[in-house]
Amino acid sequence: MIKTLIATTALVTGFSAAAGAETIGVSIPAATHGWAGALNFHAERTVERLEKVYPDLDFVLTTTPDSATQVSDLEDMIATRGIDALVVLPFESEPLTGPIQRIADSGTWVTVVDRGLAVEGIEDLYVAGDNNSFGRTAGEYFAETLDEGAKVVVMRGIPSTVDNERVAGFEAAIDGAGIEVLAMDHGNWNRDTAFTLMQDWLSRFGQIDAVWAADDDMAVGALAAIEQAGRTGEMFVVGGAGMKEMVDRIRSGDKSVPVNVTYPPAMISTAIEMTAAGIVGNAPMSGDFIIASELITPDNADDFYFEDSPY
Amino acid sequence: MSMAPAQKINTPARRRIDLQVVGPIVALIALVLIGMALNSNFLSYANITNVLARSSFIGIIAVGMTFVITAGGLDLSVGSMAAFVAGLMILVMNLLTDRLGVTLPVIFAGVALALIAGLVAGLINGLLITRVGIEAFIVTLGTMGIYRSLITWLADGGTLSLGFEMRELYRPVYYGGIAGISWPILAFVAVAIIGEIVMRHTAFGRHCAAIGSNERVARYSSIAVLRVRLATYVLLGLLVGFAVVMYVPRLGSASASTGLLWELEAIAAVIIGGTLLKGGFGRIWGTVVGVLILSLIGNILNLTDFVSPYLNGAIQGAVIILAVVLQRKGAADR
Repeated sequence: MIKTLIATTALVTGFSAAAGAETIGVSIPAATHGWAGALNFHAERTVERLEKVYPDLDFVLTTTPDSATQVSDLEDMIATRGIDALVVLPFESEPLTGPIQRIADSGTWVTVVDRGLAVEGIEDLYVAGDNNSFGRTAGEYFAETLDEGAKVVVMRGIPSTVDNERVAGFEAAIDGAGIEVLAMDHGNWNRDTAFTLMQDWLSRFGQIDAVWAADDDMAVGALAAIEQAGRTGEMFVVGGAGMKEMVDRIRSGDKSVPVNVTYPPAMISTAIEMTAAGIVGNAPMSGDFIIASELITPDNADDFYFEDSPY
Repeated sequence: MSMAPAQKINTPARRRIDLQVVGPIVALIALVLIGMALNSNFLSYANITNVLARSSFIGIIAVGMTFVITAGGLDLSVGSMAAFVAGLMILVMNLLTDRLGVTLPVIFAGVALALIAGLVAGLINGLLITRVGIEAFIVTLGTMGIYRSLITWLADGGTLSLGFEMRELYRPVYYGGIAGISWPILAFVAVAIIGEIVMRHTAFGRHCAAIGSNERVARYSSIAVLRVRLATYVLLGLLVGFAVVMYVPRLGSASASTGLLWELEAIAAVIIGGTLLKGGFGRIWGTVVGVLILSLIGNILNLTDFVSPYLNGAIQGAVIILAVVLQRKGAADR
């Protein structure tokens, strides 16, 4: 609520280049949590890089704290900057569907990232992570690693379709593996909530073999609670999204954090690069591009470690 | 000179049980009994320690909030303020670690910084309210947004983390203790006892109640209304800083989601405890009971499969209203 009151829209980049240059508008949520922070980091880096590669291309990057501001941003982009293509990560699907549809109808190229629109077929290009695969990849690791009769607890995120898809994927993957889910509750993708939840689960259950924390912030909270209870050797914790501290622990062979599952914020780079290539060149770029979640293991952890990323 | 609502409540309560006094305690005992019935580990040493230690942040803040509310004020900024102070403390401690190494002076500097930053933040709220004359609700709504944005900006949208070795050195402040009682619990108890004494037995505490009860009469009684009111916000800011000192060693990190909704939890605890939201009467021990009630609800819900996790908020809301209804009934009977 408060964010709506005080946050403003930040116009980050945009210099007018030679006449006749094409302009690409990029609209993404503001950096209010770790993943979105990394999204901003990758978006800015990609825009900087592409401005050098394509001198004829202009970029307008806006970050928005809520749906209403995003709608105004899009209107401003059309009215004042005359964008030729739009790369948008909708803050929410429903409220943004109408405005984006109008932009698409006016002949502007539209690339939608991660959160799909409520009506199909509006966008020219759809780039997204795969939430079902995110849960499934973790679930498959559990099913392979754990013995029959193993007991696990599951931390969910903020109640949302993203969270539901992930949990559905996880549950489908461990189905039939004889793994018992002792408890499942919402840690809200928050370290403190996860810490408290894990403390209480540790008091409640004498045996826990593994924790699926579904997000690295929650994994940090869970690991602190396990350490406090002195039960570090008993269970492993699998988070998700590839926070660099976690990737670092995997790289150094930490037994408590054996693997991680990606949900790359760098997908915004994929979207901007593909849009730019489609505008400038003749390579066909329309369709759906789904980025599967990968399993980060000690062997490939180096590839997923970004030193200067905030996440 | 000072108003004496406390006595008014106590005197007739000798014979008849006064629900306004025992209401929160009854609710607390009921929760403990429910917890015992639902899970055998509820009364275990580890669980009790967990619940009390995690209550300490909100608890320390809520003691300060009791003074603010008693004096007829309100502070919505404490959660964001805690996050901002925590972020600042972590940043400075990381910078100092580069110069001084992993040493105790860095921790002392961090602690001092947190206390000063909290105090200054409280002073800013207080000055805007008392000297500039803006409504407390508006001022603290504004600073709440400002601090929340500042921590997001400081952390670059991500998470600020204390260096690993420094975290290990600082860690015992949350996880350690003496005689099996952890430091945050001891800190909470100390703050609560001092708060109770100040509220009941000092001129400052009485002045707070007088101002909250009737500001004009308080002024005619030659109470320095503005100064006392300012002092309540400074005190609350200082206690937010102190809560952060206990909070940072727990996970060694701060982010945009740190301290989210702490202000509402603190206010709820104060009201459950019997302090009047419109001011004029405050009860520190009631606030402590209120804080414990709030954390016990969460703890019990986590220890059982009693209700769907989707309904946790509903249970919490119902218990808050119920605890307050118990008291209001008592007040109406009198």
